[in-house]
Amino acid sequence: MSTKTRAGWLAGVLAIGSMALTACSAASADPSNTGGPDTADGNGTQLSIVAFSVPQAANQAVQAAFAKKGDGGGVTWSESYGASGDQSRAVESGLEADYVHFSLSSDVTRLVEDGLIDESWDKGPTQGTVTRSVVVFAVRPGNPKHIETWDDLVKDGVEIITPNPGSSGSARWNILAGWGSVIAAGGSEEDAKAYTTKLFNNVVALPGSGRDATSAFLAGTGDVLLSYENEAIAARQNGAELDYVVPDSTLRIDNPGAILKDADPKAQAFLDYVLSPEAQAIYASFGFRPVVDGVTLPTVEGANDPANAFPTPSTLLTIDDFGGWSEAKKKFFDEDTGIITQIQVETGKSS
Amino acid sequence: MTAVQFDAKDAAPTGGRVLRHTLTRGAGIGLGVVVLWFSVLVLLPLAAVVAVAVNGGWDGFVDTLSNPQTASAIELTVFTSLAVAVLNVLIGTLIAWVLVRERFPGSRLLEVVIDVPFALPTIVAGLVLLALYGPASPIGVNVANTRTAVFLAFAFVTLPFVVRSVQPVLEQLERDAEQAAHSLGASAATTFRRIVLPALIPAIAAGGALSFARGVSEYGSLVLLSGNLAMRTEVTSVRMLTYVENGNLASASVVATVLLAVALVVLVAIDLLQRWLVRRG
Repeated sequence: MSTKTRAGWLAGVLAIGSMALTACSAASADPSNTGGPDTADGNGTQLSIVAFSVPQAANQAVQAAFAKKGDGGGVTWSESYGASGDQSRAVESGLEADYVHFSLSSDVTRLVEDGLIDESWDKGPTQGTVTRSVVVFAVRPGNPKHIETWDDLVKDGVEIITPNPGSSGSARWNILAGWGSVIAAGGSEEDAKAYTTKLFNNVVALPGSGRDATSAFLAGTGDVLLSYENEAIAARQNGAELDYVVPDSTLRIDNPGAILKDADPKAQAFLDYVLSPEAQAIYASFGFRPVVDGVTLPTVEGANDPANAFPTPSTLLTIDDFGGWSEAKKKFFDEDTGIITQIQVETGKSS
Repeated sequence: MTAVQFDAKDAAPTGGRVLRHTLTRGAGIGLGVVVLWFSVLVLLPLAAVVAVAVNGGWDGFVDTLSNPQTASAIELTVFTSLAVAVLNVLIGTLIAWVLVRERFPGSRLLEVVIDVPFALPTIVAGLVLLALYGPASPIGVNVANTRTAVFLAFAFVTLPFVVRSVQPVLEQLERDAEQAAHSLGASAATTFRRIVLPALIPAIAAGGALSFARGVSEYGSLVLLSGNLAMRTEVTSVRMLTYVENGNLASASVVATVLLAVALVVLVAIDLLQRWLVRRG
């Protein structure tokens, strides 16, 4: 490997690292006091957003655009970003929030069960989804190992890196996408199990979160990183040296957003704005797929084809194909009996 | 004020002098603050963890610990921490010795740099370790995603403990006794073993204990480098996060309680060993 490549990777690692640090410092900032002075004078409203770290930059752009709207005039924000499950548990334990944006719908359901969010949150036109992406393969520049399909991943000598589906809720999309590709091709559960076992035999690292996985990949670990399309695009926008492949069969990632029952009325206006074609176009420029029709797609920098950033895979599964998150969570990821958990233990023992 | 009187009595030496178990006003206030502060920061949170763990009953413990993935994570964490503590006792004492007794170009710099592992956010430490000892290593050393990576990360974050506990003791050590031993014909090795080492043992033990305790709880510096592979490189902190992510606080607390118990046993053992060595020395 040339010194230049090494330097490039190191730079990429540090760039991603500083992104992670920014996310950390934003998460640790006092959530009640980041939006300037007390704004109870009617001139502006302060809303608090509690979200998972991935969409932070996109959310800030949407918030800035919202502030210029009639409804959103003068709205300021306090922000808290972190791991989806942690953020949801924080709100459950009393972290002040008007609007939440998580990776998995089960993180919203937790707050519905606590009575913090209305049960009708997922009855809107997008079933509660505010941002959308798909599972993709991030590969080394030029795709030297020719990884195009899920079958390519389980070939001998292919090293896979994916965030830890145990400790990171958002990492679970990746594994289900692989499982689902077998089922969608007409395979049985046994086939899917056999495939996933082979997949884990090729896994060389399971970092704690999506960002950690991207950092480890950019530092040279593995041939392919299971990631989200928007994460791959964001990494490329930030100068990381990687290519990505949208497989023919993949899973649609639906990130839910909701307002809390006792939120300021402006929070509802914000949610409405988030679901407007205008805001969805902003999200698209950060690599998210639109959740509503009628969005004029911008040029998406960092996408494989910036002019046509979001190719439609021939098979696009959704979490409903797995019975929804509460069922999938139990069946696949229970820490004792989950199918994926058991595969992890077996593949760990055998090597 | 029962606690105060109890503590005072406990702390009183048992030998010769007659002692009144009363505290001056100032000492009473001081002790009160200590007990309150200690309770708020340490005793209450620990009690809460243990309470959640015990809530699931004996079965909860058995279920959690019979999970092979959890058992493997505990084993890896405890034994690696112990091994790293032993390494730190040797290397840390050596570093302290060199810093105090030798003057060489760059010794002041080394003095400052020793503390860097304390100051560096652990996730940054992880990034640096990955860049240096991962697949893209500029020096050709790749330990990423192996148990060596766990050892390396533990060793990195725990390096300063023994150095910093031994160094001040060594600095205070009068050299008269060493010189006397030397003039009586004792070799350098014998002088170190019989004169210097006994004085250092409490500090070495304290540093080793801190190093072990820190290793058991480490997370940030190794998540990038270790790969978190089940049954191979997954440590307990990652395993506990899995339990928390699944809403299973009881099992997370069981693992935490077991670690606390192990840490307690190790700390007591180190203390006993240290006392025994000092008496013998």
